[in-house]
Amino acid sequence: MIQAILVFNNHGKPRLVRFYQRFSEEIQQQIVRETFHLVLKRDDNICNFLEGGSLIGGSDYKLIYRHYATLYFVFCVDSSESELGILDLIQVFVETLDKCFENVCELDLIFHMDKVHYILQEVVMGGMVLETNMNEIVAQIEAQNKLEKSEGGLSAAPARAVSAVKNLNLPEIPRNINIGDLNIKVPNLSQFV
Amino acid sequence: MVMPSLKLQDLIEEIRGAKTQAQEREVIQKECAHIRASFRDGDPLHRHRQLAKLLYVHMLGYPAHFGQMECLKLIASPRFSDKRVGYLGAMLLLDERQDAHLLITNSIKNDLSQGIQPVQGLALCTLSTMGSAEMCRDLATEVEKLFQQPSPYVRKKAILTAVHMIRKVPELSSIFLPLCAQLLHERHHGILLGTITLITELCERSPTALRHFRKVVPQLVQILRTLVASGYSTEHSISGVSDPFLQVQILRLLRILGRNHEESSEAMNDLLAQVATNTETRQNAGNAVLFETVLTIMDIHSAAGLRVLAVNILGRFLLNSDKNIRYVALTSLLRLVQSDHSAVQRHRPTVVECLQEPDPSLSRRALELSLALVNSSNVRAMTRELQGFLESCPPDLQADCASGILLAAERFAPTKRWHIDTILHVLTTAGNHVQDDAIANLTQLIGEAQELHAYSVRRLYSALAEDISQQPLAQVAAWCIGEYGDLLLEGSCEETEPLQVEEEEVLALLEKVLQSHMSLPATRGYALTALMKLSTRFHGVSNRVHQVMSIYGSCLDVELQQRAVEYNQFFQKYDHMRAAILEKMPLMERGSPQVEEKAEESKAAQLTETAPVPTEPQASKLLDLLDLLDGPSGDTQHPPHLDPSPGGALVHLLDLPCVPPPLAPIPNLRVFERQGLQLNLSFVRPPGIPALLLITATATNSSESDVTHFVCQAAVPKNFQLQLQAPSGDTLPAQGGLPITQLLRILNPNKAPLRLKLRLTYNHFGQSVQEIFEVNNLPLETWQ
Repeated sequence: MIQAILVFNNHGKPRLVRFYQRFSEEIQQQIVRETFHLVLKRDDNICNFLEGGSLIGGSDYKLIYRHYATLYFVFCVDSSESELGILDLIQVFVETLDKCFENVCELDLIFHMDKVHYILQEVVMGGMVLETNMNEIVAQIEAQNKLEKSEGGLSAAPARAVSAVKNLNLPEIPRNINIGDLNIKVPNLSQFV
Repeated sequence: MVMPSLKLQDLIEEIRGAKTQAQEREVIQKECAHIRASFRDGDPLHRHRQLAKLLYVHMLGYPAHFGQMECLKLIASPRFSDKRVGYLGAMLLLDERQDAHLLITNSIKNDLSQGIQPVQGLALCTLSTMGSAEMCRDLATEVEKLFQQPSPYVRKKAILTAVHMIRKVPELSSIFLPLCAQLLHERHHGILLGTITLITELCERSPTALRHFRKVVPQLVQILRTLVASGYSTEHSISGVSDPFLQVQILRLLRILGRNHEESSEAMNDLLAQVATNTETRQNAGNAVLFETVLTIMDIHSAAGLRVLAVNILGRFLLNSDKNIRYVALTSLLRLVQSDHSAVQRHRPTVVECLQEPDPSLSRRALELSLALVNSSNVRAMTRELQGFLESCPPDLQADCASGILLAAERFAPTKRWHIDTILHVLTTAGNHVQDDAIANLTQLIGEAQELHAYSVRRLYSALAEDISQQPLAQVAAWCIGEYGDLLLEGSCEETEPLQVEEEEVLALLEKVLQSHMSLPATRGYALTALMKLSTRFHGVSNRVHQVMSIYGSCLDVELQQRAVEYNQFFQKYDHMRAAILEKMPLMERGSPQVEEKAEESKAAQLTETAPVPTEPQASKLLDLLDLLDGPSGDTQHPPHLDPSPGGALVHLLDLPCVPPPLAPIPNLRVFERQGLQLNLSFVRPPGIPALLLITATATNSSESDVTHFVCQAAVPKNFQLQLQAPSGDTLPAQGGLPITQLLRILNPNKAPLRLKLRLTYNHFGQSVQEIFEVNNLPLETWQ
């Protein structure tokens, strides 16, 4: 089982933090810091496996990491996972990010943290490997993004316009306009605001 | 005027623009205030954006708990963008320890049954990440229904969610187990992967499931065979190997199913051989599959030839230039070393070479494996290598290496002298990382090896003269010099270089140890005692030692002070006894020092008017006395500390002049036996309260019929006080079932002879029985 997936840069700033076991917020931050210190000590030409830090607990856990340019991708796993397999999994994840963001770089991860989470959710779920076929993952993500965009058309784009309208001090809009025999019902615009 | 809320991107830009930590905190706090206000106002339009920002600052480590309720609202919203962020927030912010998490159960239920596929996917993902036991129980049927969904996307997620549910609520296995066999027929790799994971989880949890799934072994073999043979497939292949993740999972499941089962193992043999020989090893993916194959081969009942092949593959990998491969090879060999020791031995030279690796992960593995490979034939060579490693290894490995070497030395030492040398070497190299029992072992060892006393004391003396900072070394050396100091003066010893030592030098060294601020209190205690002993072994040094004792009579350390004061007595009032008391120690029994303590306690009982000699851990002696059963009384650190006096005779005196004799346990008494029902009495006299006697009455039933309504009553003479506690039960099942015990407390302040009458009433063999009798043959110890 995968206990945690951490992505941070060469200075230890977290770019993605995902735990599959419950830890309190402080412990989470401590784990990120500790992992960063452990990983930073490693040279580039030694193996990608580290015995886990003390906080994640137990002798059963290992840190398996890969260093890509300015980012460290660290998977914290227990002994039920194949070490070499996880190395490949990290590669699959990074390549998927690459496909979804088109030549992904650290800035993409910074500014689209939520999207990175959604992509990760298609690869690893509940600490277990869900899908490793990149095409499927990318297709799913694209479908979901499309869905979001189509919904967004209703309110996201003219959001500023709508809030501007809201902020105008319009007089109370009467519900019914009664002029003589005419009875015009005024549609309720508030749902769009 | 409502301020327009920042988009996530803008916020991130602002945060990155902050030059200092304080500035960043300011920006974030301001934004959080906005977010909180927005949540309060209940703005549905921007809620998802606010939560996204909150999750970002949460990742940076700032508090975000006030967003928890918003997650619920977002999840309940019909819009996909809301749900997406809401579920993400739930996974990151909610946890099962707070009751709030149960509130999303309903939303998840709705989304699972009525949502579109992406929404179902989100719900399943959330459930499998943070679903608590209650949630899993509530939603099990929903997830089960999704197993029948046509879309493979939802199905594969449902399967993995089921794995999580089974981990949380094992009883749910019965729901998901029947669905697995059908799923193995699927073609979709995602579904297969999930199914294999699910089956693996089920088999690991229950032996019945394991037996049930053994019948799918042929199917699994077939799937794997297809994968291996299918060659290049663009969809799932990683560097030329088709879906290595699925292959590895199948191999792992095959390992679990084939373990200890001839038939299944046989069904897999061919396939494993095929995979082992045909897998491409140039890339990581192939190696991953190969490793898993090797581990599976070694774990099941495979053919001998196959096993040899497997170990050779591992050996080959040890020589691979890729460090990762070497690491995994070392790990795998470590797993195999117990079961296939000789096969792994063949690779010993390569393993030893890996000790020299600069990579700490690799050298640690190599160390563990090397220690596991030591046996009686290679112990000398291996110890040499390990000692070399000890000198240069990083500090965190030193403790493990040191204790490993000592353990190996103990098990396989070819000669005593070699053993002593080895321990000495370890103590000088990595002394402060050595565990305490190494000191005890060494002193025992030296004590036993009479012919080596001279040798040992010389070596220890030289080592100590060079470096007094290594505490274990200092302690052993001090003890040894104290015991065998006379041998040190004797000039020559064939086995070491000639060493001319003057009495004054020896005393000076011990005094140096005594005074050094690097010495632990225990070490100083050793040194003080050693000095004392030398006052009898050496000639003409009594005055100097006496001086030291007087000085230390006012030492701030209470332990040293006590020792010094009492040793001082030896120079004054009890000078005539000094030589006798400070004689050489007798041999300690190896490995059972506590037994030795018991024997010596009885000797101690005979001596009444000797000067009280302080003994280091007084607590342990009290325990010895209280420990009326012959169990061990504590840690092995105590034997060396008890060495100050010779003959052990005075070792266990408390500083009270008369020591109560140790209490031998009072023998049990069988008082009643009829038709298979027996009543035994066992007696305990707690030493702290002389008048108290505790009797435990145990009733056992070895007959064919149950005993019911068993009641035991007791009576004692008037001047005793009796208290009967509630029995453990009143039924004795037949054929040696659980006995009934009852405690009787008898206070006997006048130490009068004890008389006890018992009355038993019970039903046995369909008859009711009443027995009244007096207990005869009560042991004297019960009342004297």
